[in-house]
Amino acid sequence: MTAFRLQHTISSGIVFLVAAIITYISFTQEPADAFLFPRMIAIFFISLAAWNFVRALTGVAKVGVGLDIVEFKNIVPGLAVMLIFMFFAAKVIGFFLSSTIAFMIIFTLYDPAPLNDGKAWMKRLIVTVCFMAVMYCLFALLLKVQTPSGILF
Amino acid sequence: MEFLSYFGGVFEPTAFLLLLGGTIGGLILGATPGLSPTMAVALLIPFTFHLSPTQGLILLGAAYTSTVAGGAVSAILLKIPGAPANIATALDGNAMAKNGEGARALHLSFLSSGIGGVIGVLLLIFLTPILAQWALAFGPSHLFWMAILGVTVIGSLDSKSFVKGLLSGCIGLWLSMIGFDDNLGAQRFIFSDALTGGINIIAALIGLFAIPQVLDMFAKGRSNSVIEAIEVPKQKFMDSLKEISRSGRSLSIGTVFGSIIGLIPGVGGQIAGLVAYDQAKKFSPEKEKFGTGHPEGLIAAESANNAMVGPSLVPLLTLSIPGSPTAAVLLGGLIIHGIFPGSDLFDNHPEVAWTFINSMLIGQILMVIFGIYTATWAARIARAPVPIMAAAVMVLALFGAYSVQQSMGDVYVMLSLGVGMFFLEKFGFSAAPLVLGLILGPIAESNFTTGSLIANAQNGPVEYFMTGTLNIFLIVLVLASVFYSFWSNMMHGKAAKSEGATS
Repeated sequence: MTAFRLQHTISSGIVFLVAAIITYISFTQEPADAFLFPRMIAIFFISLAAWNFVRALTGVAKVGVGLDIVEFKNIVPGLAVMLIFMFFAAKVIGFFLSSTIAFMIIFTLYDPAPLNDGKAWMKRLIVTVCFMAVMYCLFALLLKVQTPSGILF
Repeated sequence: MEFLSYFGGVFEPTAFLLLLGGTIGGLILGATPGLSPTMAVALLIPFTFHLSPTQGLILLGAAYTSTVAGGAVSAILLKIPGAPANIATALDGNAMAKNGEGARALHLSFLSSGIGGVIGVLLLIFLTPILAQWALAFGPSHLFWMAILGVTVIGSLDSKSFVKGLLSGCIGLWLSMIGFDDNLGAQRFIFSDALTGGINIIAALIGLFAIPQVLDMFAKGRSNSVIEAIEVPKQKFMDSLKEISRSGRSLSIGTVFGSIIGLIPGVGGQIAGLVAYDQAKKFSPEKEKFGTGHPEGLIAAESANNAMVGPSLVPLLTLSIPGSPTAAVLLGGLIIHGIFPGSDLFDNHPEVAWTFINSMLIGQILMVIFGIYTATWAARIARAPVPIMAAAVMVLALFGAYSVQQSMGDVYVMLSLGVGMFFLEKFGFSAAPLVLGLILGPIAESNFTTGSLIANAQNGPVEYFMTGTLNIFLIVLVLASVFYSFWSNMMHGKAAKSEGATS
C-alpha cells in the first residue's frame, strides 16, 4: 500500500468512525422524537462514509493531494502557537497581550530573514505593534468587545 | 420598479461609508493572493453585528463584489489569481502586462467587471421578486426539500468527488444539530460545555474558510520567494473607455455566460470565467492571439466573473439556495440578523432587500472608479510577505470568532473546525457543502418537524412529503443533481484511465 493510499484509508477510516459514533448516538438516545431527524441524516452519513472507506481501501479514492511530510512539519510550530494561545495564554496573560505575542512568534517563525538580523527584528516589532494597535482600535474601542484581561492585558 | 424607491438608503452617510470601505477593502483583499472572497466576507461578518441588517449586508455585498474584481489585479500584475474566479483573467491579463500594457489590462479588466456586474445585478433586481412570489406557494415539505436540494447541489457540483461532497454536506447537517433542541427539550451531541449552545455559524464560517488558508500559509515554511510585480506605465482612461465600447462581442459573451452560470447553484465564478474565455476564443476571428495578451480574453473572463455575482444571489434571496460559497456565507450573515430569504425578505423587510441590492449596483460603479485608481497600490499591498498575512489572518480570525458572543467557546469551535477542515480538504472534502449543511440544517429540520405534525393530522408523512407536483419536482432535482455528479465523476474517471493507458 502506497503512502498516499494509506493516508486516504486513514482519513476515510476516521470519517467512517465519526459517522458510526453519530449513528450509534442517534439511534440510542432518547427522546426518540428529538433524534428523528439526526437518525435520517445518520443513515445517509454512515452509508456514504462506508462507501468512501471501501473506495479508499480498494485504492479508488484518489481525490485530494494528501499530506506532505515537509508541509506538515512546517505547520506544527504555527499550530502549536495557536493552541497555546487558545487554551492557555489568552485567559492567563490576557487576550490582547497573548495575541500580540502570538503574532510576533508566528511572524518570526515563518519570516525568512535571519534571526540575528537586527533590522528584521525591528521590522517584526513595528509591524506587530501597528497591527495590534489597529485590532485594539477596531475591537476594543469601536466594537466594544470585552476580551479576557488575564493578569496583564 | 419597487427598487427605485429604496435608492436613498444607499446614500445615507453610514451606509455609503460602509459601501465605500467595503469596496476599497475588498479590492485590496481580493488583490491579495491566498485570501479568497469567501474568507474576506466570513471575516467581515463579526463587524456586521453592530450594524443594522441593511448596513451589514451593504458591507458584505460590497466586499463580495470587489474581492472578485480585485483578484484581477494580482492575476494581471503578479500572474497569481487573487481568487479562483480570476484564473482565466491571468491567461491574457498577465501577458498584456508583460507586453507593457499593464495599465490597459487593468482598465479593461475593471471596466468589463463593472459592466458585467451591473447587468448581473439588474438580472437580480428583475428576477428575485418573481421567484420570491413563486416561493410563497411553498409549504414546510417544499422548504424541507429545498434545503436538502441546497446541500446536495453544492455537495455534488462544488466538489471534485461527489461522495466526498455529499459527505461534507452530511457533516454540516450533523454539526447543525449539535446543542440543546429548544423545540423538543433534548440535548444532542454535546461532547463539551463549549457546544451547549450549538455551533455558532459565524465562528464556524471563520474557522472553515480562514484557518485552512492560514495553515496553507504555514505549510510554505520560511520560504524566501519574492513575488515580482510588473511595472505599470500610464494609460489614458478615455482610450480604455473607447476600447471597451468597441468590445461588444467579448463583453456580451462574458456577461451572458456569467449570468447564466451565476444562476446555477454551486457552479461559481471560476467556471464562469473559464467558460466565457473559452467561448470568446471560439467566436473570435483572432483565436490564435488568445493567451498572448489579447484583450478579448481578458474582457470575456472579467465580465463573466462579475456578472455571476448578482445572479448567484437570486436563488439565495428567493429560495435560500446560495449560488456560490460566498453567497452561502452571505446567507449566514442574513440569518444572524433574523432575516430569512424568500417572500419574508421582500414582504417584511423590503428596505433591507432593496437597499442591499441597490448598493450592489452603486458598488459596481465605485468598484470601477476605485479599482482603476488603486490597482497598482493594491498590487503593492498584495505583495505583503506571507508570514505577515498568516499572522494577521490568524489574529483577525481569533478576534472575529471571540467577538461574536464574547466567548472562548466560539474560539475553540472556530479553531477545531478550521484545523479539521484543513486536513479534510487535503483528502478532497470541501468546505462549501459543509457550510451549506450547517446553515440549511436547522431550516430543513424545522420544516421537517412542522411538516411531520401536519402529515400526522392528514394522510401520513409519505403522502405529505412525497406527493404533489412541487414535491416531486424538487425530489427529481435532488436526485438529478446527485446522479449528474455521479455520472460526470464516472466519465472523468474513465477519461483519466484512458489518458493513463495511452501515455
